[in-house]
Amino acid sequence: MDIVLAITIGVLVAAGIYMIQRRSFVKLILGIAMLGHAVNLMIFTLGRVTRGVPPIIHGEHGLDVGAADPLPQALILTAIVIGFGVQAFAIILIKRVYSVFQTDNIDTLVNTDFE
Amino acid sequence: MLFLPILIPFAAGILGIFFWYKPNLQRWTTLIGMVALLIVSVMIFNTVWADGIQVAQGGSWVAPIGISLVIDLLSAILLLTAAILGTAVAVYSFGAIGDQRAAYGYFPLLCFLLMGICGAFITGDMFNLYVWFEVMLISSFVLLALGGERNQLEGALKYMTINLIASMIFLIGLGILYSVVGTLNMADIAKSLPDVQNQGMVLPMAMLFMTAFGIKAAMFPLYFWLPASYHTPPPVISAIFAGLLTKVGIYTLTRAFTLMFILHVEFTHTLLLVMSGFTMFFGVLGAVAQNEIRRILSFHSISQIGYMMMGLGLYSVMGLAGAIIYMVHHSLVKANLFLISGVIEHMTGTDSLKKIGGYYKNYPFLAILFALSAFALAGIPPLSGFWAKFAVVRAGLELESLWIVGVALVVGLLTTFSMTKIWAKGFWKPTPEKYAHLVDASARGPVSMIAPIIGLVVITLAMGIFFEPIYTVAEVAAEQLLDPSAYISAVNPQDFTALGGHE
Repeated sequence: MDIVLAITIGVLVAAGIYMIQRRSFVKLILGIAMLGHAVNLMIFTLGRVTRGVPPIIHGEHGLDVGAADPLPQALILTAIVIGFGVQAFAIILIKRVYSVFQTDNIDTLVNTDFE
Repeated sequence: MLFLPILIPFAAGILGIFFWYKPNLQRWTTLIGMVALLIVSVMIFNTVWADGIQVAQGGSWVAPIGISLVIDLLSAILLLTAAILGTAVAVYSFGAIGDQRAAYGYFPLLCFLLMGICGAFITGDMFNLYVWFEVMLISSFVLLALGGERNQLEGALKYMTINLIASMIFLIGLGILYSVVGTLNMADIAKSLPDVQNQGMVLPMAMLFMTAFGIKAAMFPLYFWLPASYHTPPPVISAIFAGLLTKVGIYTLTRAFTLMFILHVEFTHTLLLVMSGFTMFFGVLGAVAQNEIRRILSFHSISQIGYMMMGLGLYSVMGLAGAIIYMVHHSLVKANLFLISGVIEHMTGTDSLKKIGGYYKNYPFLAILFALSAFALAGIPPLSGFWAKFAVVRAGLELESLWIVGVALVVGLLTTFSMTKIWAKGFWKPTPEKYAHLVDASARGPVSMIAPIIGLVVITLAMGIFFEPIYTVAEVAAEQLLDPSAYISAVNPQDFTALGGHE
């Protein structure tokens, strides 16, 4: 399982970086989203993909033997929510950029601020 | 009490959202919130100074299960700086931010930005740090794009992309960190890092964090986003960005490379030192080439970041103390210079040095305020910048890193040169005839804009004149940083397996 996930992460990172380097704004956002997914999957994989029992504390006994570690999932959940918000903002921003500059080419944005 | 620096800006921001259509009420709630934050910060500073490191455990869970908030002296100092700047900016915004920008939610965003900054300064948990980074980043994205002028949009796009990539590198580092060490509590990491089995992963991990924080701090060669974006929003927003956002990057670098990643000091800190030299040098070269006040100031920020990194890279008490003083000094002075450029722009509508001139003749008082801040930045004794530079350079001499001292001194000279450029072109030379219609000698900046500038100048002067006590505080803070055992024992992370853990 780890191998499959590792390859998936690699492909996502490669695709994400490729997309970020394209000129189109839309592809920029898609690239950022892909990179985000790759990172989340990576945390998931690093949390060790094993079959465990639910991590519930039973009174005095503490955790069951072989309980799964819930923390990576919690981290990913947080990262997904944050990533979602940021991507929503990014989409609005490029929509605004598009309506102001009337272009989907990032190269035309070089030095518009120099007078 | 330790939660208050987060809760107060949060409450002020929420109140601001309730008064969405009443910009005047928003102004007051923001100001009241910032003043409350200032009072709390002073109280926290006093407590930390008197009783040592303060720790609060979220939800009363023992570390490392819950999220710890830890305030050591460095955090307390930076918290105070943030609160001072927040208050100054809140006052300044009365005059500088019109109802139109306020209608897009400027004031609540300012509060949320401060919340993120304060949270990043006081958290003792790596993942929590990531969350505060994001709170801070999202507010700063919106603040940067607010108003939607052409160059603002361009700056915001670049700033957003690079920061998202930095966040992802940070997250990758976090994932690896968790899988190697099995904890995210900073004190616990510091405690268990020397004993982990997989020592080969420690250095790559440290490098991931250095890259992520380095992007936020604008260190060489990752600084290119800063001059592309910092000059685009209204000056008051540039002021809070230049004053605080890059400091968060430097703070996290300091925290990571004095508390956690100190197993490879030879390599990591030498790298930091070399990078600091490049950061200083290229930053100031950029500044020398620019012609608009705010562009010059943006490039300067980079070069000054280099001095702080130099203090960190030297990794001695005096070096770190110098870096801490530098952080405070630079936050206040750089923000103040941006605020002054805001007043100039408010009166003439431009900050291009080619178009303005004659400020010394027309507005002598503003000119004096500018001169004091600029001299402080350039490091003319007895102002604060001189002492900050002096401490860092002295530390370099003591450790016999002569090349970095040489770079620092040359950069200091170039800083003075580019500051005199603003002075000569903006204040001394007569107004160019072509643009004479822009200048109205009777125009005055609103009191609300001038008052915070005066306040910050007074603090800068006081920092310079009463340097002795300030250095003592910074030295104690530096000693705390160099001896992580105090930090670890204050947080007191329990052994996880003893609590009934697995494996």
